[in-house]
Amino acid sequence: MSEPISKETVVKVSRLARLSLTPEQAEKMTSQLAGMLEHFRDIDALDLSEVEPMTQPYPLKNVMREDVEAKSLDRQEVLDQAPAAESGRFRVPPTIGFDV
Amino acid sequence: MQKLVEIVAGVTSGSTTATAVVEEHLARIKAREAEIHAFNLVTADQARKDAAKIDDDVKAGKAVGALAGVPIALKDNMCTRGVETTCSSKILQGWKPPYDATVVTKLRNAGAVIVGKTNLDEFAMGSSTENSAFGPTRNPLDISRVPGGSSGGSAAAVSAGFAAASLGSDTGGSIRQPAALCGVVGVKPTYGTVSRYGLVAFASSLDQIGPFTSDVRDAATLLEVISGHDPMDSTSIPQPAASLVSVLDQGVKGMRIGRVTDLPEGCEPDVLARLEAAFDAMRNAGATIVDVKLPSLQYCLTAYYLIAPAEASSNLARYDGVRYGNRVDAADLNAMYAATRESGFGEEVKRRIMLGTYALSAGYFDAYYGKALKVRRLISDDFARAYKDVDAILTPTSPSTAFKFGSKTDNPLAMYLCDVFTIPTNLAGHPAMSVPFGVGSDSMPVGIQVLATTMGEQAMFKVAAELERAS
Amino acid sequence: MSDNATLPNGWQLVVGLEVHVELATKTKMFSASANRFGDEPNTNIDPVTLGLPGALPVLNKHAVELAMRIGLALNCKVQPCTFHRKNYFYPDLPKAYQITQYDHPLNVDGFLMLPGDVRIGVERAHLEEDTGKSTHFGGSSGRIHGSDYSLLDYNRAGVPLVEIVSRPDIRTSEQARQYVAELRAILLAVGASDAKMEEGSMRCDVNVSVHKAGTPLGTRCEIKNVNSIRAVGRAIDYEARRQVDLIESGGTVRQETRHWDDATGRTETLRTKEDADDYRYFLEPDLVPLVPEQSWIDQVRAALPVLPAARRNALAELCGVDKDGESAFVVVERGQDDYVREVVSSGGDPRRSVIYVQQAFAEQGPTPKVPARDLAELTILERDAKVTSTQAKTLLTDLIDAGGGDVVAMAAKRGFEALDTGALEAMVDAAIAAEPGAWQKYCAGEEKALGALVGAIMKSSKGKADGKAVTAILQSKRAK
Repeated sequence: MSEPISKETVVKVSRLARLSLTPEQAEKMTSQLAGMLEHFRDIDALDLSEVEPMTQPYPLKNVMREDVEAKSLDRQEVLDQAPAAESGRFRVPPTIGFDV
Repeated sequence: MQKLVEIVAGVTSGSTTATAVVEEHLARIKAREAEIHAFNLVTADQARKDAAKIDDDVKAGKAVGALAGVPIALKDNMCTRGVETTCSSKILQGWKPPYDATVVTKLRNAGAVIVGKTNLDEFAMGSSTENSAFGPTRNPLDISRVPGGSSGGSAAAVSAGFAAASLGSDTGGSIRQPAALCGVVGVKPTYGTVSRYGLVAFASSLDQIGPFTSDVRDAATLLEVISGHDPMDSTSIPQPAASLVSVLDQGVKGMRIGRVTDLPEGCEPDVLARLEAAFDAMRNAGATIVDVKLPSLQYCLTAYYLIAPAEASSNLARYDGVRYGNRVDAADLNAMYAATRESGFGEEVKRRIMLGTYALSAGYFDAYYGKALKVRRLISDDFARAYKDVDAILTPTSPSTAFKFGSKTDNPLAMYLCDVFTIPTNLAGHPAMSVPFGVGSDSMPVGIQVLATTMGEQAMFKVAAELERAS
Repeated sequence: MSDNATLPNGWQLVVGLEVHVELATKTKMFSASANRFGDEPNTNIDPVTLGLPGALPVLNKHAVELAMRIGLALNCKVQPCTFHRKNYFYPDLPKAYQITQYDHPLNVDGFLMLPGDVRIGVERAHLEEDTGKSTHFGGSSGRIHGSDYSLLDYNRAGVPLVEIVSRPDIRTSEQARQYVAELRAILLAVGASDAKMEEGSMRCDVNVSVHKAGTPLGTRCEIKNVNSIRAVGRAIDYEARRQVDLIESGGTVRQETRHWDDATGRTETLRTKEDADDYRYFLEPDLVPLVPEQSWIDQVRAALPVLPAARRNALAELCGVDKDGESAFVVVERGQDDYVREVVSSGGDPRRSVIYVQQAFAEQGPTPKVPARDLAELTILERDAKVTSTQAKTLLTDLIDAGGGDVVAMAAKRGFEALDTGALEAMVDAAIAAEPGAWQKYCAGEEKALGALVGAIMKSSKGKADGKAVTAILQSKRAK
């Protein structure tokens, strides 16, 4: 069920995560991840078919807030920390070859 | 070096001043910080201003808070408005948040004097603070050794007397392990008792903020101040914080204390010897030692190193150079993302993002993340069974004392094994704390970990106080 | 291409609609910044909206209430639900993930009725958050490709959305348009949204595929940028034809997202699927499950207003008109059905009441100025043939202009009185005698000749003859 991870998969995953890896980095990452995943095979020994996944440490439900407006952050304070800004907005390079 | 409670007593009574206290701590920082590098940023000027204000209020007979005049350091992954918050990462170098974390607000309201932001493993990922982008922190007790991680700076700050107390964050042991290695008290409270609003997220279902102090009473005092329901955090437990200081002198007579019979291997013999001594101390104080089994313990490392990176891969996706932080420019957006994250993140962070992205991806989700969540249920059930028979459990905090720099950096897995005793409580959401209890064969401190069930802080602190009395 | 044109060669159309609706709350879905359209950029922002480090979401209770209203109005089951993260990178997505609902949405298994008792299934209506807005600059068309840079405004980021997903039960572009129109009417009726497609508070994505009866469903394409009800129809018609032409010329339909260009009337490839994003959905650890109590659900259901379809049915039954017809639709859409009810209660002729209001009350709003009994009086006058239809139209205008009045007096003032049947018969005989040619043509089957005869009679009667009655008399004479 769990196989060692291939370099192709590593490259694909790096694209998903928007991390650019040089060929050497991809090599190193592949062998390190493969080593870890090999170690993690220990859970394959467990029969988990009847076990419910646990996503929350403490069982809360229905946490909500009233629909009451709070003051906005100061735009200038925020834009002062932005890498690039123009006319009250954040500026980014164009989205060539991209989606809407 | 003064205790937190002594400082508060002195400042409120007028027998000392907040200014005198902060100057004392700043002097120690000046003397040794260059050697230790506990801080990313020392906020001396503001600290002096805050101390002066406390003194004015005391003189004017105004009410001051429960932490009046206490110099406190904050791990640099907690948002402080207008004060640089970097998570020890290049990607956030220079970033000043426009808001305060809830715990920061609570500290300020209580009259604490924040002296600086402490160093950590980048984005809280690590067990030695060697993953900081700004250089490691050194263990004040032996500067050739690590202080532990990820909250190494916060642990060192208390150990070196730079602050009377500090806050860290704990996702897999990042408060408790450095506390053990630096010979101070470190507490990870029940998940949901301390607000995460303003804590830069690593793994959302595991992260908790907690105190480092020089003794158990200080830890109880500080924890009482920072605990409590926060409407800004949906995972915050809607119950008032337990009273902890009040139970510290109650002792452990009649309590049942668990010894885990299937503890994972790899613990140094001198550390195990201290654990035995701890059980002896408990027996002498009137507690019963009960054997407990936690069969899923051996799988916790795997579960943790699938769940935490998975959540982290999502939490760290926002560092894209668009709205804040450092950007590496490029011709188009995708290239900008990749260049920004490539240069902004260190190796360990990249590794965990990769692992986490993989564990969540189509086709692998069930095999990795899905299974890990089930293992989490198993350990939670194991603990639930155990706590029917015991009130608290003792284990070593760390398998070894503080290790030398560079001794575990070649193999990531070797570093991960540092957390083998601390990780299970994060998975279950339970509280646990490390109490200094003697030294190892290398004369470096050993920490004993006290575990309790959900909202079992009172039992935990009773045992911890007794351990401290016997240490 | 007309709306109802069928595809050639036995091809059948299958359409599903995904409609995103911005909820009419004061604040955002997961934080307390204002939910307001049109403010200066980045003036409704907070740590959650910007995806700042350390920010945490907290669910807006009123958004949940409005979402439940939508679900219940669409006959859905409201159930315990959870939130998931949908992970992808785009600058208008501040956290690089959208908080949405995945395998346990709030509302499931509903339906919406279209005219002709056509039932369109609603698979789900779930909660999620909106993205910011990016505007592109530079480049030739101001669109995405080839532009120089983009600017981001996060005012819209975090605005509460409900995504309503229909089952692929829609079979014509006309049905699709009706679905969107009806959905909009429901959203307005329950107060969940102002549903303005032109402002983006209601957005449609259209899924289109074609197949032949008895064969498996075809590959579908998702069409975006469909910004009006009319565009929904046009886009479907174009896309269906494009797919049929493609298949018939030996090609295969590629599963993709396409962009509707309203100016050119075509869809174009937007997204190629080679580097398709894997969204890596996982349960949102910063939120807890939402389990609406039965008492809350019951309360919301009880407070729902009478929905447009039910109002149309009631009006149609009262007035003897088609529930799917234009008068019922128009009058209910304007909110004037209660007024018509009042007119009928005041003794008004039911059918005439609804038709008068449909034809003349476009500017009046839900509470017309004309007192119900005055309008009722007018309908009775026409019904009893005391005035002709033409005269009644004039009096209707008078009533509206004056904001009411005594119609009998107004009719007398204008010198209106309808001629009785005997007088009409005499006028018809006279006209036949005066225009034998026209009469012969009409008897031979030339319907156009009727107009000449009726026109002559109306002229000689100085408008006092009722055109419909005259026509009826001529028709029955020819039949003999």
